[in-house]
Amino acid sequence: MSSVKRKRPLFNRYMANRALPYIVLSIIGVLFLLPLLWLVLASFDANATLLLKLPEQATLENYTATITSADNQRSFVNGLILALGQALLVVVTAGLASYPLSRYQLRYKKMFMYIILFATGLPITAVMVPVYQFFLYFKIQNSLFFTILFLAASALPYSIWMMKNFMDSVPVELEEAAWVDGASIWTTLRLVITPLMLPGIFTVGIYAFSGSWGNFLVPFILLQSPEKLPAAVTIYQYFGQNGIVQYGKLAAFSILYTMPAVVLYIIGQRFMSQGFSFGGANKG
Amino acid sequence: MGDTNNRSSKRKRNGNRSEQWRAALFLSPTWVLLLLFFFIPGALTFYLAFTNMALTGAAAANTEFVGFQNFTYMFQDETFRISVWNTIVFLIFSAVVGQQVLGFLIAFLMNGRNQTFRSIIGSIVISGWVAPEVVTAFVWFAFLNDTGTVNAIIESIGFKPITWLYTFPMVAVIIANIWRGTAFSMMVFQTALSDVPKEVEEAAMIDGASPWQRLVRITIPMIMSSVVTNMVLITLQTLGSFTLIFALTGGGPGNSTETLPLYMYHQAFVNYQLGYGTAISLILLLIGIIASLLYMKLLKVKL
Repeated sequence: MSSVKRKRPLFNRYMANRALPYIVLSIIGVLFLLPLLWLVLASFDANATLLLKLPEQATLENYTATITSADNQRSFVNGLILALGQALLVVVTAGLASYPLSRYQLRYKKMFMYIILFATGLPITAVMVPVYQFFLYFKIQNSLFFTILFLAASALPYSIWMMKNFMDSVPVELEEAAWVDGASIWTTLRLVITPLMLPGIFTVGIYAFSGSWGNFLVPFILLQSPEKLPAAVTIYQYFGQNGIVQYGKLAAFSILYTMPAVVLYIIGQRFMSQGFSFGGANKG
Repeated sequence: MGDTNNRSSKRKRNGNRSEQWRAALFLSPTWVLLLLFFFIPGALTFYLAFTNMALTGAAAANTEFVGFQNFTYMFQDETFRISVWNTIVFLIFSAVVGQQVLGFLIAFLMNGRNQTFRSIIGSIVISGWVAPEVVTAFVWFAFLNDTGTVNAIIESIGFKPITWLYTFPMVAVIIANIWRGTAFSMMVFQTALSDVPKEVEEAAMIDGASPWQRLVRITIPMIMSSVVTNMVLITLQTLGSFTLIFALTGGGPGNSTETLPLYMYHQAFVNYQLGYGTAISLILLLIGIIASLLYMKLLKVKL
């Protein structure tokens, strides 16, 4: 009898213990979601304000206006030039570097990898003032090309680190078989290594692309002409301006600008089969 | 065993000169890029921090070496002191405490729950991390605005609205940065928690340890190395954090949210005192170097 009496509160407590994590996590989820929800709803609202509300007049007008504006198109193209140019440069440079670092016995390899790892930790913000002076001195400021070079250099340490780890996991035997068949090093690189390295190449490329796509500080400091500024800087200028801001349009612009980062993150997840690793996992 | 290994590697090293040349060739683009755009600017910091370089005024015409003048000035500079303090407050409350505690809480509560539920909550939290910083600033500018969502909720339960960005600007940037960065710590702790062997926790449970005891005595000690490494990493990330604060408050009102990166920016690019701006960069860089060395030590990588 007494056991039945005791069972009920125990059971309830068990239920409460089971439900508690779900309740707490749901609250946290809602708190994280609310700010973003405003952005999404405002982008479809013809009369968007700063308040989270369902649009009385749902419209695609904000998106069409954003897409058809020549200024916005240019800022997207600039962002694409910076991000694609940098990603391409990073993939090629890091890919080339990772081959000898993974395959050959080099006396300076250990030192080199330590320097690379050390550099992944340094905050880029701390070198922006001297970099600006450097660009000023050689009169290379306000140039998309040199901005790409700087962005590539800043993404290179972590990219080499990742690329070398991917290269290490590609078996040497396949290369050796190709050599036996008389293939040159370049042919081997092109026809044997590159296809096997595709996950690594995509992971590094995505990391590099989203890093410079989202970067505000570097183009903000190194580029001056309005026609060269990427979307990151344009968005800042829109909402930093005094006067009436069209929040709906700015929200649509923000979502269009965020989309590539989200899509690439999802694709990147599929390549990163080993899950989340610590090695130089610095985003800044 | 070790001896033969050594000999064969030696033979490889001496025997293959073309490999050495090829390695140099393959590594040359990396060297050029890193030297020109990474290490030279880094080294320049050490030099320019001791000059009076400026874009306007008398010092603009001829830049001179001024020794420790920038640094003696720095220690009397009230705004510098404020910005160091702001950086510490921002770092501790937004990253070391905020992101880590919340990140751990989410990862811990998620451990072993329903898969669909986990991925929904996980995706929501991660979306704050994936969004570009400028967008995060815009979103929080709207959310905390006088006429924004938070104030609407506060008013609906009968309180007076709060001008967050003017009255509590530091709280505002800290909350925004927690929202942005929690996903990183969450992912780190998810990985760490999944590596904790189930047997250990079960054994403790059989021995009659309460959930709290299991958390404090077993789970947390077992993931301690992840906690420390994560702490160093998010410190490095937050130390260089510029865009979020710059776009949200611009360092203001007054200099209430002026952290070191913002003060550096204002001195170098608004007051045109490049020499002094670089001196502030140097302080940032030195903290970064120390944290980065610590990070390498913690990783204990075998190369």
